[in-house]
Amino acid sequence: MTISYYLVLAAILFTIGAVGVLVRRNAIVVFMCIELMLNSVNLTLVTFARAGGTVDGQIMAFFVMVVAAAEVVIGLAIIMSIYRTRRSASVDDANLLKY
Amino acid sequence: MIEVPDLSLAALAPLLLVLGAACVGVLVEAFVPREARQPVQVALALVGTVGALVATLLLAAGDRDHEVTAGGALAVDGAALFLQATVAGLGALSVLLFAERSLDPARSAFVASAAVPAGSPRDRELMTDTRVQTEVYPLATFAVGGMMLFVAANDLLVMFVALEVLSLPLYLISGMARRRRLLSQEAAVKYFLLGAFASAFFLYGLALVYGATGSVRLRDIREAGLEGGGDVLLVLGLGLLVVGLLFKASVAPFHTWTPDVYQGAPTPVTAFMAACTKVAAFGAILRLLYVAFGTAEWTWRPLVYAVAIASMVVGAVLGLTQTDLKRMLAYSSIAHAGFLLTGVLGLGSGGEGSGLAATMFYLLTYGLTTLGAFAVLTLVRDGDGEATHLSQWAGLGARSPLTAALMSLFLLALAGIPLTAGFTGKFAVFRAAIEQGAWPLALVALLASAVAAFFYLRVIVLMYFSEPVPDGATVGVPGTPTTIVLAVTATATLALGILPGAVLDLAEQAAIFVG
Repeated sequence: MTISYYLVLAAILFTIGAVGVLVRRNAIVVFMCIELMLNSVNLTLVTFARAGGTVDGQIMAFFVMVVAAAEVVIGLAIIMSIYRTRRSASVDDANLLKY
Repeated sequence: MIEVPDLSLAALAPLLLVLGAACVGVLVEAFVPREARQPVQVALALVGTVGALVATLLLAAGDRDHEVTAGGALAVDGAALFLQATVAGLGALSVLLFAERSLDPARSAFVASAAVPAGSPRDRELMTDTRVQTEVYPLATFAVGGMMLFVAANDLLVMFVALEVLSLPLYLISGMARRRRLLSQEAAVKYFLLGAFASAFFLYGLALVYGATGSVRLRDIREAGLEGGGDVLLVLGLGLLVVGLLFKASVAPFHTWTPDVYQGAPTPVTAFMAACTKVAAFGAILRLLYVAFGTAEWTWRPLVYAVAIASMVVGAVLGLTQTDLKRMLAYSSIAHAGFLLTGVLGLGSGGEGSGLAATMFYLLTYGLTTLGAFAVLTLVRDGDGEATHLSQWAGLGARSPLTAALMSLFLLALAGIPLTAGFTGKFAVFRAAIEQGAWPLALVALLASAVAAFFYLRVIVLMYFSEPVPDGATVGVPGTPTTIVLAVTATATLALGILPGAVLDLAEQAAIFVG
């Protein structure tokens, strides 16, 4: 089984995530797209670790998971605080700061 | 059998001090009674940051510098120590700005309880309460620790963890303004979403570089680059890594978050972000480009050349159209990021040339000056907090000569007028770029400086040669912390402009990377 399938899948997932961040309007969905990007990175890391015959990549995937978990805590706290004030999590409604 | 990595506690002392102070700060938040928290937290944050500053200076004075420690994950070399000292010093000054209690009638620039929805009855009740928020001190100390780790990271994974340790607290504290809370929360959401997006790019770059070289250690990447040359995975990975870092350094075209976040965040936090994040981000950019990819210069030099020009032009031109002082200073910081990249390009592939020393010196001068400018912004107020609209500053020179004089000094330094620190810094980076043959870049930088000087001077003209508006801003009397910050930054701005020799020499001696 060639490893390039996994790499291409990871690249596709990363692209879906990046495009999602750019086109979606709900802050929670944008945030989920960022998580998708991080997980595609995990897939890439694990694939390269398998290909190289080392476990470094797998350990790095654990680091990424821990950091992503911390990011979720901070991110949801911030999105919650703005939602409770405005009753909306749309990034289009947050438009006080411009020009 | 797992080998225990070598760990030099002395070389790690500055980091351990700052992160230790931050951890103790979290415990203080949990166990110390509310009335006693503010003084304890301020003292703790100052002990951490000033202690780290002293520790880095002691390390630099000793003969133990230039070592790779923690199993090769950290490079405590001259450049790392210089930048760590800069971050720790600027961090200590920022903590003093956070601790200011006499300017706002409610005794603090931070919201009493960030969890209460803005505009609710409870929020209006808390608005005039003198209860203060003390969680910002451990958060800011964690951010300083992350920045100090960031500039010493000798490993892409450590660099990523440090990037997150410095970013996550910043996302939170930029949403904690006491006044104009909607703006502040919006700034936090924008900063968080775009920051997480950029760190995903950094991380994908890390994965690709790991795939291309089998390692994330900067020295191994350098060696793999020598053998492999133009491996497409490696080049792609480098591009993604650089995007992630340029975002943090607010370089155009990755700058769109900067004006919004700088305007919305509480002004002491903006000062902290503008000064310290810039130092940390450029420290990491320099290390990544020269230690890991110094042998593959042809891949990144044109890219950095282009974004440097874009950043200078965008910062200078859009700065002209701003009517809000905080936004204007944000565009100024984008232009300055371009000037700093000019210095980054002034370093030759073999580490020859004065680019590294010049960039480090520029970071120090820019950090001090911009911190001072934002500190002055906290003084000028109206009924609704800080008065940041340009029209409110009209005739300030007649009403408060000292405040106007200080602001003029900082603006002149940002514009790069001789006898201020800004001039010496700009001169150093432009000279380094010209020495490396990048004279077209230096020419663009000079033109951009001239354009940018216009909007700095416009504020000075407004302060001195306009009639005061009847319902203009009042100038608050700062307490001891802000007075210390203003005195230190103003003195340093003048001293580094008139007698820069000693610090320039120090930067030159420190300009060494170990891989």
